[in-house]
Amino acid sequence: MATETPAGELVDRLLAGNRRAAGQVISRIEDESPDVESIMRGIFPHTGNAYVVGITGPPGAGKSTVVDELIRVIRASGKRIGVVAVDPNSPFSGGAILGDRIRMMRHSSDTGVFIRSMGARGHLGGLALAARNTILVLDAMGFEVVLVETVGVGQSELEIAGTADTVALVVAPGMGDGVQAIKAGIMEIADIFVVNKADHPQANKTVADIRDLLRMEIAPRAWTPPIVKTVAIRNEGLEDLWIRTRQHRQYLERSGELENRRKLRLEAEILEIADRRLREQVLEPSTETEEFQQLLDRVVHRETDPYAVADRIVPRPGLGGV
Amino acid sequence: MAQQGRYRILMAKAGLDGHDRGVKVVSRALRDAGMEVIYTGLHQTPEQVVRAAIDEDVDAVGLSLLSGAHMTIFPRILDLLRQEGGGDILLFGGGTIPEDDVLTLKQMGVAELFTPGASTVDIVDWVRAHVGRPTEASAGR
Repeated sequence: MATETPAGELVDRLLAGNRRAAGQVISRIEDESPDVESIMRGIFPHTGNAYVVGITGPPGAGKSTVVDELIRVIRASGKRIGVVAVDPNSPFSGGAILGDRIRMMRHSSDTGVFIRSMGARGHLGGLALAARNTILVLDAMGFEVVLVETVGVGQSELEIAGTADTVALVVAPGMGDGVQAIKAGIMEIADIFVVNKADHPQANKTVADIRDLLRMEIAPRAWTPPIVKTVAIRNEGLEDLWIRTRQHRQYLERSGELENRRKLRLEAEILEIADRRLREQVLEPSTETEEFQQLLDRVVHRETDPYAVADRIVPRPGLGGV
Repeated sequence: MAQQGRYRILMAKAGLDGHDRGVKVVSRALRDAGMEVIYTGLHQTPEQVVRAAIDEDVDAVGLSLLSGAHMTIFPRILDLLRQEGGGDILLFGGGTIPEDDVLTLKQMGVAELFTPGASTVDIVDWVRAHVGRPTEASAGR
């Protein structure tokens, strides 16, 4: 095969708007290639301009169709859009049919739209990182809005949704477990509720259920999440969803919350990078010594305990040196 | 830790062809072989197929054609891939394609064509043997 293009060259090309380079950079991010760090450092100064909207919810709620229609609405305002669509992989083969794109193919003839499908792969917590870096790539390419679609189950999906400025939670009526899914920790991160398939007889019941759940919250919210009804497949309600999204953005900007959230996110990112390095450069190598293996055997035989051994790797505060 | 590079394949239907049972069967077989498969759905233009291939940075495009338009659509996709800097993305295909046309298309640069009777095992094996990226991506470590 052809030799790999140097990272710096790829970054230059993607910053100049080359889609091929962008696609390849995202692959390197997904493959966790060794040059990801230098790529991301090259890209970072050009980011911070895109508004990131997370679209999440249970399977079958109609997220991809909502995204497809939202692209149409946002494109009408002239903004360029990047889309990251995350789909689960088969737990059996590791393979995946990344199907979200099918609903959005009509936008493939529009150069103002860049759609990237992402499998959850085996990434152990790396999925959120890969998705976040992909958002940064699209941001650096000048896409003004980035939509991130994830299935709202599982920790890493929640983490991805957490990287968005505005999170829209899509549910459908008549699924029975729709509201159950909301209760499982995702309620708190939703800035907008979308009841899709709102032509269903149970739609108003679902709206009422969500309203009830919101009323039961103990801590008052500065922003009360609106509930938007859509019938995405018939293009209904999407303008309203986009208006609500922009209102949420205005709220974030006016209250200073946008800056605050983004700052906290960057702090978390710095810690995550440092944590990764600590693990790879200090913690993991420390288990490879013979001394450690002997200590481990002593722990197994209950002659010492895990805390005492951990003290040797990272001293407890106040204990002084090793 | 480096993630093992994974095969990414775009499975496509282009033009007026409305038969997608075959392409779905092959997509499923590739998925079961551990690959990431992106399916375009029916009635795509060559431009849409190539845009998807570039943005998704796939290793190969598998085009299914049962409409008889293979002598138009395969060369068009090859051209567009080259124009977009994706000349290294393999194009393979399947469908009801006469032997003479198979030879001509292969001379033009279509990597392989599977005609009725080809087994999914053969297709999966061919993709594994001819798509080189995954080993290359992990060789960097």
